[in-house]
Amino acid sequence: MRGLHVKLLALLLIVIGVSLCWFKVTRLGLPLMPAEKAEVWTVEARIEFKAPKDAAIKVRFYIPRQPDGFTVVDESFVSGHYGLTTEDDGLNRAAEWAVREVNGHQVLYYRINLSRDPSIQSAPSQANTAPPVFVPQLQEALASAAKGLIGDVLKKSADARTFVRELLVRLNAQSPDPNVLLLRQGVVNDEDWVRLISDLLAMANVSSRPAQVLVLQDGMNHGALKPWLEIFDGRLWVSLDPWTGEPGLPQGGVLWHIGNDSVLNVSGAKNAKVEFSVSRRAQDRTLVAEERARKMGSRLMEYSLFSLPVSVQNVYRVLLMVPIGAFLIVVLRNVVGLKTFGTFMPILISLAFRETELIWGMVLFCVLVFLGLIIRFYLEYLKLLLVPRLASVLIIVIILMAFISVVSHKLGFDRGLSVALFPMVILAMTIERMSLLWEEMGPAEAMAQGFGSLMVAALGYLCMSSQWLEHLIFVFPELLLVVLAMTLLLGRYTGYRLTELWRFRSALRS
Amino acid sequence: MERAWLPWNRLRQLGVMGLNERNADFILPYNSRRNFPLVDNKLLTKALAVEAGIAVPELFGVVEMVHQIETLEALLAPHDDFVIKPAHGAGGEGILVITGRHRGRYRKANGVLADEEDVGHHVSNILGGLYSLAGRPDKALIEYRVKFDPIFENISFQGVPDIRILVFRGIPVMAMIRLPTRLSDGRANLHQGAIGVGIDLASGRTFSGVWHDRPIDQHPDTGGNLAGRIIPYWDEILAMTAQCHNFSGLGFIGVDIVLDEHFGPMMLEMNARPGLTIQLANQMRQNVALFY
Repeated sequence: MRGLHVKLLALLLIVIGVSLCWFKVTRLGLPLMPAEKAEVWTVEARIEFKAPKDAAIKVRFYIPRQPDGFTVVDESFVSGHYGLTTEDDGLNRAAEWAVREVNGHQVLYYRINLSRDPSIQSAPSQANTAPPVFVPQLQEALASAAKGLIGDVLKKSADARTFVRELLVRLNAQSPDPNVLLLRQGVVNDEDWVRLISDLLAMANVSSRPAQVLVLQDGMNHGALKPWLEIFDGRLWVSLDPWTGEPGLPQGGVLWHIGNDSVLNVSGAKNAKVEFSVSRRAQDRTLVAEERARKMGSRLMEYSLFSLPVSVQNVYRVLLMVPIGAFLIVVLRNVVGLKTFGTFMPILISLAFRETELIWGMVLFCVLVFLGLIIRFYLEYLKLLLVPRLASVLIIVIILMAFISVVSHKLGFDRGLSVALFPMVILAMTIERMSLLWEEMGPAEAMAQGFGSLMVAALGYLCMSSQWLEHLIFVFPELLLVVLAMTLLLGRYTGYRLTELWRFRSALRS
Repeated sequence: MERAWLPWNRLRQLGVMGLNERNADFILPYNSRRNFPLVDNKLLTKALAVEAGIAVPELFGVVEMVHQIETLEALLAPHDDFVIKPAHGAGGEGILVITGRHRGRYRKANGVLADEEDVGHHVSNILGGLYSLAGRPDKALIEYRVKFDPIFENISFQGVPDIRILVFRGIPVMAMIRLPTRLSDGRANLHQGAIGVGIDLASGRTFSGVWHDRPIDQHPDTGGNLAGRIIPYWDEILAMTAQCHNFSGLGFIGVDIVLDEHFGPMMLEMNARPGLTIQLANQMRQNVALFY
């Protein structure tokens, strides 16, 4: 009955722990591995213009909404003394800088950090109903050429997508027919081309709209947006390459703006231009996810350990490893059956090893215990009362620690300085217990338990210093519930300990 | 029954109880924490036992304060031999046995002489909590030294052999006699090197023993045969252990009994966390009884 209760409780804890963890991994994108780096692209738009004397300036600049395949890590505006507002009309976002009086050459920056994440889908834009098609007014010659071309293409296509593809094949043809040649004459730059295609599509009763895309390229400077095209395929808006007709955005492309108007509008100034620079760097996935979760307003991350000051975070990085060590002790004592001095003494020693590093820690520990034992045996001869004797051992341990630090510093081993990190009360108790065991059970047993404790401490250090475990527990502290569940389960473990198989070997042999 | 091959399955089949099983399935459910002080505090055990009419070694005196050590000599004066032990001792630690006096000094069980100061230091260690559970300050008991029955003469090296009986809900389920050796320094503690010899519950006859978890037939120091000895007063002993269950209120206890030359069986102490080696001493003959 009680066993069932513990099992149900453990199951509940495991379910809570694992599902929280799963949520964080899948929804918030927190990494399970510590070294996972995310590709973070920093895009900087530099807006430049020349303001006439004491002019009131209003700058309207379109900025990305939620680009497909990327997550926005953060965003910043460098706007000096300009007032800044952002607005989102469901299709585009825009930043508006405004100032009443300004002089001369002005520079504004918009910076966005994007991290590639294939799982991210942009929020569907609101305009999913069939938009009205405005048939453009073309010159008569062009109009008839266009009509001819469209008539040909319509015959060879089934729907909007195939129509566009066929149209582009015709327009791009090596040996174009006269209609195409006539149409191509008016095209000077990429914008004209996109407008031409858009017009042709409109004449064929296919809705389309121009878009601007930024193609991410590491090291890009003075870059510009690339014109792109979106057509309405009857259900949804789809992006298309206006040159090849391939659906989708270009490789590494970020949809910046949709619509006919230009990306940058500066009223009250001249020579406005915008330039883009792009750089890529690798960043810790955890930080990326944490920033993002905070932007998403996730309560879970708001109350996570990341919200603590960094110095406190570092304390918890260590503290949260203690349960792992405690669980290790449970396993080693109740399943393996090792004997140690004091229940949790080895964990405290292994915490000290974190600072001193393993080999040095073990050497220092052995030296301290050895010196302490010698002095303890001398104290035994003095026949002191128990508590004063314990206090004396404690005082001597501290003196020894100071002595070792000073001597090793003089000798040039700076490692010896870290001896001060040993928990001295624990050391004093260890020395006291070890000397008692020495007297009562002989040196062999005392040494065996002493080395047993040291080995457990070393093992604890190896577990607790694992980068992966540390990352896992710190990022997903709910996993401690799983550790608790396993500890509870072991609390009802009634099987044999490994050492008991040895102890009862004579029974096994019979 | 088919013989299991995996060691843990084999042990299970033999009915051997492990420490985890003892703690989780016997001590926690049957031994209420509330009743632990009754057996952990030997002073209390003794008082309860006397009340229940169970024979115990006579209490000569109690030392409760360090200050009293000064008057220790006067307290000990009427007795030639005695035992000093901590009220909260565990595992036979901290027990000082004085077998006699020699020119104003005390002779310990191992023949070594100790002076007044040594004895005083030992008592102060007891009071300081050196031998008590969790190091709490303790009291020192001075009591009658049991003169053990000569039947154990040639299978015991110094010290007093005692009989450990495992009692589950008032029913003795397993018994062994613990014989001190040179290694155990006269103490009847298996961990310190005493021998455990299983006793047939029905007849009170010993069979082979176990020393350091290994089977043994002869006493390593005296060479006496361990098997085939009849324990005197056996029925009386079994009756005593059943009574111990009644006044302690503990369901799973180890009762330690000594046989005195003059007074017969006396209850020495009880243990609410009895050890497991008794199973080895009994070679698993009676373990089935433990399965409720």
